[in-house]
Amino acid sequence: MADPATLKEIGTELRPAPPGHEHGSLTAWIQDLIFTVDHKKLGFLYLGAGWMFFVAGGILALGIRTQIAVPNNHFMDAESFNQAFTMHGTTMIFFFAMLMVFGLANYIVPLQIGARDMAFPRLNAFSFWATFFGGIFLFLSYIFGPGLYGMGAAPDASWFALAPLTSRAFSPGNNIDFWSLGLLVSGVGSITGGVNVMVTIFCYRTRGMTLYRMPLFTWLILVTMFLVVMFMPPLSAAQIMLVLERFFGAKFFEAQAGGSPVLWQHFFWIFGHPEVYILVLPAFGVISEVVPVFSRKPIFGYPMMVAATVMIGFISAGVWAHHMFTIGMDSFSVTFFAFATFVIAIPTGIKIFNWLGTMFGGKIRFEIPMLFAIAFLFQFLIAGLTGIMLGCAPFDWQLNDSYFVIAHFHYVIVGGIVFGVFAGFYYWYPKATGRMLNKRLGLWNFWIFTIGFHLTFDPQHFLGILGMPRRIYTYQEGRGWDFLNMISTIGAFVQAVGAILFIVNMIYSARKGKVAGDDPWDAWTLEWMTSSPPPDYNFEQLPEVRSRRPLWDLKHPEDPDWKFE
Amino acid sequence: MSTELLATAETEWRLPSPRKVGLTLVILTESSLFTIFVVAYLFYLGKSLNGPYPWEVLEFPWLGSFFLFSSSGTVVVAEHRLKKGDKAGFELWWLITALLGLGFLIYTGAEWQHLIYHDGLTLSTNLFGSTFYSLVGLHASHVVVGLLLLTLILVASVTGNIQPRHHEHIEMISWYWHFVDGIWAVVVTVVYIIGMQH
Repeated sequence: MADPATLKEIGTELRPAPPGHEHGSLTAWIQDLIFTVDHKKLGFLYLGAGWMFFVAGGILALGIRTQIAVPNNHFMDAESFNQAFTMHGTTMIFFFAMLMVFGLANYIVPLQIGARDMAFPRLNAFSFWATFFGGIFLFLSYIFGPGLYGMGAAPDASWFALAPLTSRAFSPGNNIDFWSLGLLVSGVGSITGGVNVMVTIFCYRTRGMTLYRMPLFTWLILVTMFLVVMFMPPLSAAQIMLVLERFFGAKFFEAQAGGSPVLWQHFFWIFGHPEVYILVLPAFGVISEVVPVFSRKPIFGYPMMVAATVMIGFISAGVWAHHMFTIGMDSFSVTFFAFATFVIAIPTGIKIFNWLGTMFGGKIRFEIPMLFAIAFLFQFLIAGLTGIMLGCAPFDWQLNDSYFVIAHFHYVIVGGIVFGVFAGFYYWYPKATGRMLNKRLGLWNFWIFTIGFHLTFDPQHFLGILGMPRRIYTYQEGRGWDFLNMISTIGAFVQAVGAILFIVNMIYSARKGKVAGDDPWDAWTLEWMTSSPPPDYNFEQLPEVRSRRPLWDLKHPEDPDWKFE
Repeated sequence: MSTELLATAETEWRLPSPRKVGLTLVILTESSLFTIFVVAYLFYLGKSLNGPYPWEVLEFPWLGSFFLFSSSGTVVVAEHRLKKGDKAGFELWWLITALLGLGFLIYTGAEWQHLIYHDGLTLSTNLFGSTFYSLVGLHASHVVVGLLLLTLILVASVTGNIQPRHHEHIEMISWYWHFVDGIWAVVVTVVYIIGMQH
C-alpha cells in the first residue's frame, strides 16, 4: 500500500466525489457490471448470482418435497426426480453456498483489513465469471443435449456422482458430462478466487494489522480459502479422470478393467468433507462478528477461536472416509475415521462455548442479525450432535443413506450456513447499500423461515430412524412415513415463504429502507469506518491499527483496547 | 474523529510480496492436483488385467531427466547473470533453459510415440495406460506452460522490454520452473523407479 501521507492526499482530493454511484443508463450499468474489477461490485455479482441459483435450487427442492409429500404420488417420474435431487444438491452446494462464501469474502475482507481492493482484481473478475458460467452450463443441461424432448439431460447421478453409475454403460446421455464439465470450470474459478483472497489477506493488511489483530471473520475466511486451495483440486482431478473415461475410453473407475469404484468415493470425499468446512467456516466468521457486536462485549477467547479454526482446518482433511463407513473398510480405518470425526467436535465445541461466553453477561440487543445468530447456535449444536451420532460407525451402518443423514446435513447447511448468511446479510446490508433492511419484514422473515426450517427437517430425523431411504421417488402407504412426510413438505413451503420475504426485503429496503449512516450497529471493525456504501477507493485514510477493535480505540481514547492486549 | 488520532506513527510495517505468496499458493494447489494422479497411479500398480505392463514397456528416462534437471541449474545461472546486470549472459542462459525444456518435451514425445505405435499402450488400453498418460501428460502440460513463459521473457528481453521492476516476475517464473522440476522428481520416482517393478 502507498504510504499514509499519499493516502491522505488522495483522500482529500477525491472527497467531493459521491461514493461510486454515477451510473446513468441501464446499458451503462450492465456494461459496468460486466467489465468491473472492483471487489465490491464483484461481491455483489457473486451474491446476486448466488441468490439466483438459490431460487432455482429451491424450486427443485419444492418439487422433490411435493413428489414425496404423499405415498404413490405422480407429480414427477423417477427420472425427473433423480435429476431434481442431483441438481438441487449440486446447485445449492456449488452455486449457492460457494457463491455466498466468495461474495461475502470479496465484499467484506478488503474492507475489514483496510485494503483498497483484492490483490489481483482482474483475476477476481475471472474467478467470478468462470464460476458463474460453470453454473449456467450446468443448468443448460435442461435445454441442450438430447434434453429438449423430455427435459431430460440434467445430471441424475446425485451430487457425488458415484462410480460406476457415471460410466458410459449406465449413463449413456450427456447428463454426467454437464455435471463434470460445469463443476470443473467453476472449480477453476473457486481455486483462483481462493488464491486471490489469501494473497489479499497476507499482503494488503493496513498498517499495524498483524495476523493476531485481524477480525475473526477475516481469519475464518483465510482458513476457508486455504481449504479451497488445497481440497478443490482433488475434485477437479477426479472430474478430469471422469471426463477422460467418458470421452476417451480411459479406465479409472471401471471394475471390468480392474479399476475400483471405491477410489472415486475416496477422491470425491477427500474434497467433499473439507467442502463442508469451506461452507460453514465463513458462517462461523459471521457469527463471530455478530455475537460480540450485539452483546456489547469483545469476543471471548480470541486466541482460542483462532486456534480452533486452524485446528478444524487441519482435522477436516482427515475425516473424509466417515462418509464411506458402509463400503466395507477394514476395522482400523473405520476406527481411525470415527475417532477423527469425534476429535473435530472439540474445536467446534470450543467455538460454541466462546460464543456463549461472549453473550454471557453482555447487554444483548435483539436485532435481526443477532436473532439469526442465536438460532444458528441452537441449530448448529443439534447438527453437530447428529453428526457425532453418524460418526459412530455402527450407528452409521444402520442409518447411512437414510433420511436421518438428510436431516443431519440440512441442519448443517440450512440451519447453520443459511442462517449465518442471513445474519451476515442483515448485519452488512447497511454498509453495502447505505440503508437498513426493514426490521418488521426481517422479523417475519426470521420467524417464518425458522418455523419452516424446523417443520421441514425435524421430522426427517424420525423418518430416517423409521427406515426411509434417501433418493427414493415414491413409497407405499402404511409404513408410518405418510404424516411426517406431509409435515416436512408443508415446512418446505413455509421456508419458501420466509426466503421470499427475505428477497422482498432486500429489494424493498434498497430504495425505501432507513438511511443507515456509517456505523449503524456501533461496531468495532474497520469496514464501519468508511462511508456506507463505501467509495470506490474504500478509505480516505486509516488509523494505525493497534488492537483487535480499532474503532473502539478511536471512539474511546480514554480506554483503548491496546492497553490490555 | 479528530485528525491526530488518525495520524500514523512511523512504526515498521512490512508485508510479504503478493507475487511470492500467490505463486506459493499456486504451487500448493497444483501439488494437491498432482497428488491425486500420483495416488491413482500407485493404487493401480499391478492391478491392470491385461498388458502391456510397466516392466515390459517402460524405460528409465535418462535423457529427459537430464534435460529437465539441468535446466533448473541453468535458470539459476540466468537469474544470477540478470542480477549482475549482464543482459547478454542472462539471455544466453535463459535460452539454454528453454532449449532444455524443449528437449525434454521432444524426448517425451518420442517416448510416447514408441509406447503407442510399438508397444500398443494407449490411454484406453488398461489401468496402467490411463494412469500413466494422465500423470505424465499433466506434468508435460506444465512443462509446456513453463516453456511459453520462458519464451515470453526471452522475447521481452531481446526486444529490450525488461526493466529492473520485472526482476521479481522473472524470479517467479524460475520458481515455477523449479516446481515443474520437483514434480518431475516425484514422477520419475513413482512412475519409473517404483512402477518398473510391477
